[in-house]
Amino acid sequence: MAVDTSSQSVAKAAGDDVARGRSRGTGHRRGPVKRSLSTHWYAWAMVAPVVVVIGVIIGYPLVRGIWLSLTDANERNVERSIGVNHIPATYEFVGLDNYADALTGSQFLGTLGWTLVWTVSCVSVTFALGLVLANMLNRKMAGRSVYRMLLILPWAVPGFVSVFAWRFLYDERRGILNQLLAGGGIDAVPWLNDPTWAKFSVIAVNVWLGVPFMMVALLGGLQSIPGEMYEAAEMDGANAWQRFRHITLPGLRSVSTTVILLSTIWTFNMFPVIFLLTRGGPGEATQILVTQAYKFSFEISPRDYAQSSTWGVLILILLMVFAAVYRRVLRKQGEVW
Amino acid sequence: MVTTAPAPVHAPRRGRRSPLASAGLHLTLIVASVIAVFPVLWVLLTSLKPARYATTTDFVKEPTLQNYTNLLSDTPFLTWFGNSLLVAALTTVLGVFVASTTGYAVSRFRFAGKRGLMWTLLITQMFPVAVLIVPIYNIMSSMGLLNTSTGLVITYLTIAVPFCAWMMKGFFDTIPKEIDESGYVDGLTPFGTFWRLILPLAKPGIAVTAFYSFITAWGEVAYASAFMVGDENMTLAGGLQKFVNQYGAQWGPMTAASVLIAVPAALVFLFAQRHLVTGMSAGAVKG
Repeated sequence: MAVDTSSQSVAKAAGDDVARGRSRGTGHRRGPVKRSLSTHWYAWAMVAPVVVVIGVIIGYPLVRGIWLSLTDANERNVERSIGVNHIPATYEFVGLDNYADALTGSQFLGTLGWTLVWTVSCVSVTFALGLVLANMLNRKMAGRSVYRMLLILPWAVPGFVSVFAWRFLYDERRGILNQLLAGGGIDAVPWLNDPTWAKFSVIAVNVWLGVPFMMVALLGGLQSIPGEMYEAAEMDGANAWQRFRHITLPGLRSVSTTVILLSTIWTFNMFPVIFLLTRGGPGEATQILVTQAYKFSFEISPRDYAQSSTWGVLILILLMVFAAVYRRVLRKQGEVW
Repeated sequence: MVTTAPAPVHAPRRGRRSPLASAGLHLTLIVASVIAVFPVLWVLLTSLKPARYATTTDFVKEPTLQNYTNLLSDTPFLTWFGNSLLVAALTTVLGVFVASTTGYAVSRFRFAGKRGLMWTLLITQMFPVAVLIVPIYNIMSSMGLLNTSTGLVITYLTIAVPFCAWMMKGFFDTIPKEIDESGYVDGLTPFGTFWRLILPLAKPGIAVTAFYSFITAWGEVAYASAFMVGDENMTLAGGLQKFVNQYGAQWGPMTAASVLIAVPAALVFLFAQRHLVTGMSAGAVKG
């Protein structure tokens, strides 16, 4: 996490080895030295606002968050004001104790286990369904644009609205799903009140929310595969499965790797679905790492800021490791990313 | 699980299907469409029923706009709506404004620290809400910005700025470099080139980035739930939770509110989605 402060870096950039900092698209009139100096200057002036914003509102809180994770901070010992009295912070540095507790206790590992199940099942089901639907929509047929419009609808509705809509459908006593089941003579299903069903339900909602993005992205990828390749393969006698296997899938590689990476990160951090549907319940059955970290700092008393920050840092580390490994695997396979 | 669509086994020519395959294709798509549309449609229908029938299975029973009039007159819905609008709009404008030059610089120049900046922009997209929420909460609390729109806008900039910069880099990458060169030949500075030549060309990209950061801020739940209390400052994502809490659910106002939030968003979205996808893949794929 290199967050440079702008002034230092401008100075550094200006004094930097000029030959190395040649820009790609500058004019031909000025000398290379003068040109790269001025490019550096402009480049840093242009990125300065973002560097300042990132440094102040992301970098500083991040450093503070890491610091909090090394302390025993909670609601009772942080700096606070009660009326006119200002009470200074009394929390203490505890080193890596929080991390040791998290990694040796059962709560973090248990939540991590379900978070992984949640992420893998959501991403794989979403991807599979998106791929099937994208392939179907890529065919010439009547009503294609209507289907496309209808299938994109879940993406168009703001996420929290959709989640509330699903809570309405899932309502155990009077939700439409159970009423339909009752019409078919089937007992009411405790969609959100039984640990196993709740897990199934939250995954179903997240898949419902995620399929349209997947489908549209993959459809874009499919449309960039030239039709001649299919024609040539057909001439050579390749059947539908062989064409799918040897043309479609390789043609979708770069789109797939990107959407899988993105949706893995999004799902891993998917706060609203869990928070608004079940609040992590029943018990802690559907609690993922992010919602549990939120719970530590905003739902229990006293608020446990240290624990929450520790979980936050661990989540970030996990995601960064995942992204790095994923990138390395792709690179080994010759994929440029 | 990964299968192709019902495929033409003995298709004489590409694009022709047997009637059976065709029926299978349409049937699958119809089922999928029903699943996609039903929850949204059901909420819409429910919102038009009198509240006491909200949980019946009848399609529309005694259609009425009562839920809407109740929502608008008896609940702070409009206040929440205004707050959401203000917060999302400010976040979008500030985010796009701050990030636009950065997207350009990262797209065009090579400079010391560029790689570090790009990585920072990329990694911040992975930040779980959990890693920043406590420190930001404490900072906002000590500055007296908790439960204010200003505090929420500042917080949302942590999401919007890296995202906007990253996405706009993708758009600037699609504008030919020859245009910059012609600008330099005409004696424009890099900033002049950016402002006079590139920015006007990037308008569609900026519109998409702006739209995307708007809906991100509009739908944000975690920070809004943690930072905002009381009706006067609440945003929609927090406000709707009040209709459905552990003590019971007011599905009447809930469904009406959902429709009022979702319909305009969905219309704009369906209109803009083609550009959204190109924009996202431009930003994401050409890292």
